[in-house]
Amino acid sequence: MKMQNKAEIQLNYEVVTDIIPSSAKVLDLGCGDGTLFSKLVKEKNIKGMGIEIDQNKVIEALENGVPVIQGDIDEGLKQFPDNSFDYAILNQTLQSTEKPDLVTDEMLRVAKKAVVSFPNFAYWKVRFYLFFKGKMPKSKALPYEWYNTPNIHLMTVNDFFEFCKKRNIKILKSVYLTRNKARSGFLVRTITNFFSEEVVFVISK
Amino acid sequence: MEAMEHSLGLTESKNFTYEGEISLTSKKILKNINICYETYGQLNKNGDNAILICHALTADAHAAGYHSPNDKKPGWWDAMIGPGKAFDTNKYFVISSNVLGGCKGTTGPSSINPDTNMPFGLDFPVITIEDMVQVQKKLVDFLNVKKLIVVGGSMGGMQAMEWTISYPDMVKSTIIIASTARLSAQAIAFNAVARNAIISDKYFNNGNYYNKDFAPDYGLAIARMVGHITYLCEEAMHSKFGRDFKDGPSFDFGVDFQVESYLEYQGRIFVDRFDANSYLYITKAVDYYDPATKYGSLDVAFKKTNSRFLIISFDSDWLFTPEQSKELVCALIKAGKEVSAIELSSPCGHDAFLIENENQTKIIKSFLKKDEDAK
Repeated sequence: MKMQNKAEIQLNYEVVTDIIPSSAKVLDLGCGDGTLFSKLVKEKNIKGMGIEIDQNKVIEALENGVPVIQGDIDEGLKQFPDNSFDYAILNQTLQSTEKPDLVTDEMLRVAKKAVVSFPNFAYWKVRFYLFFKGKMPKSKALPYEWYNTPNIHLMTVNDFFEFCKKRNIKILKSVYLTRNKARSGFLVRTITNFFSEEVVFVISK
Repeated sequence: MEAMEHSLGLTESKNFTYEGEISLTSKKILKNINICYETYGQLNKNGDNAILICHALTADAHAAGYHSPNDKKPGWWDAMIGPGKAFDTNKYFVISSNVLGGCKGTTGPSSINPDTNMPFGLDFPVITIEDMVQVQKKLVDFLNVKKLIVVGGSMGGMQAMEWTISYPDMVKSTIIIASTARLSAQAIAFNAVARNAIISDKYFNNGNYYNKDFAPDYGLAIARMVGHITYLCEEAMHSKFGRDFKDGPSFDFGVDFQVESYLEYQGRIFVDRFDANSYLYITKAVDYYDPATKYGSLDVAFKKTNSRFLIISFDSDWLFTPEQSKELVCALIKAGKEVSAIELSSPCGHDAFLIENENQTKIIKSFLKKDEDAK
């Protein structure tokens, strides 16, 4: 997780849990200590597994009862056959991958649908921060300094729409999160791009 | 013997003789096979709380506890087996047995051939990992075990995976540590050097050296030295020995460097506890093991298994590499099996599986807890 605020993490988990149907087979990319996965097991009876790069988090995920393999999602998901999952989840991680395009393609190869969430860099507070302070924005969703941030591919809601359009990826659902509230559906995009702190998309090929 | 709260205390090896015949992979028949084994903990009524520990190349049935109060060292995996440990003997019935072809109590080339009343020597049939597992199955049946968890490091990992493949309905969880489904050409090459060292020893006498004044000790010691090079990694060797001299250069060809001294020592103590012929047979079994070729592919080999899998590898292990563990993981995923895998960071090379106990304990306990929760 690249977010730090507890309430926001909780909201994000609720949103993702709402999206995933019961008994789905799920691949959680960058599953961390497995908190989201175990929540999904408990509330949605999902099957599947997680991938996590950090050795200590892998151990914690195992302690949480999550089947997990240690791996780098930037290396692709070649161990997984096509369509072997119903959903791939990439929660708050796309912006910190080295090759977001490759990771997205791989997700949609191994799973029928993917849930992707990321902090929106066009959020008004982020814009104002840059505009008035002239410095790389920091916020609850973006707590790092420019030199130590894992978020190397920050993008906006508009960027993601463009990205999907270019790559023929369908956006099936979008949830906009701001001030600990989640709103579904398509509002006017320029407005959501301005007011959303974080977004959750469900995409497919 | 250290007084340890979590120690099993005194343990003992027992023997079971399987009086029937076993048909080996080579089509040859072995009969009246003795199996040396130890057990720790209690088997439950359903016979389903067993853990079978499969040992590596040269270990034995004595995995935990002490044989005598004067023993300086406990069994080879004592750090992991005992009350409250990774393999918790308060919960599980832990079985450890010496492999077929070994020289630690189970029938092998140094055993007496019932047909001749002489040691087998090279008349002992060439055996495979599958044969070792087949023999362990006889023991497990004798002990009334119905379902079990199999665990092993290195060659023990090969036995563990073979168990799930051969007896898919018995194995509910499989833990494979620092292992592979087939050796690399490089690893086979090292084994070939080891076997050549033994066979070319002037006292080898075509394997017929029992009851003679001399055994092929030099050859076996060299084989062990080669082995020890492969068990450590460059970093471990450097930090252990560097280029340190024992006493400075001697300007002859004796043992000068600390690393030479270490290998010489390892070779010397090994010949007192191991049989040269067993080394030939067991390394051959490891070289031959290749379920991927046997079944067409590794995922096909795992198709019928009903086990959960935990695969542990170590980043500095160049004998049984993390890449080889990844191949295993890929095959298991392709076969649709539940698998967890972790690559632990360790400076200890292949030996790490016998050293990195703290992390392994955490991981294995968590993995096993899921079985316990499911009950």
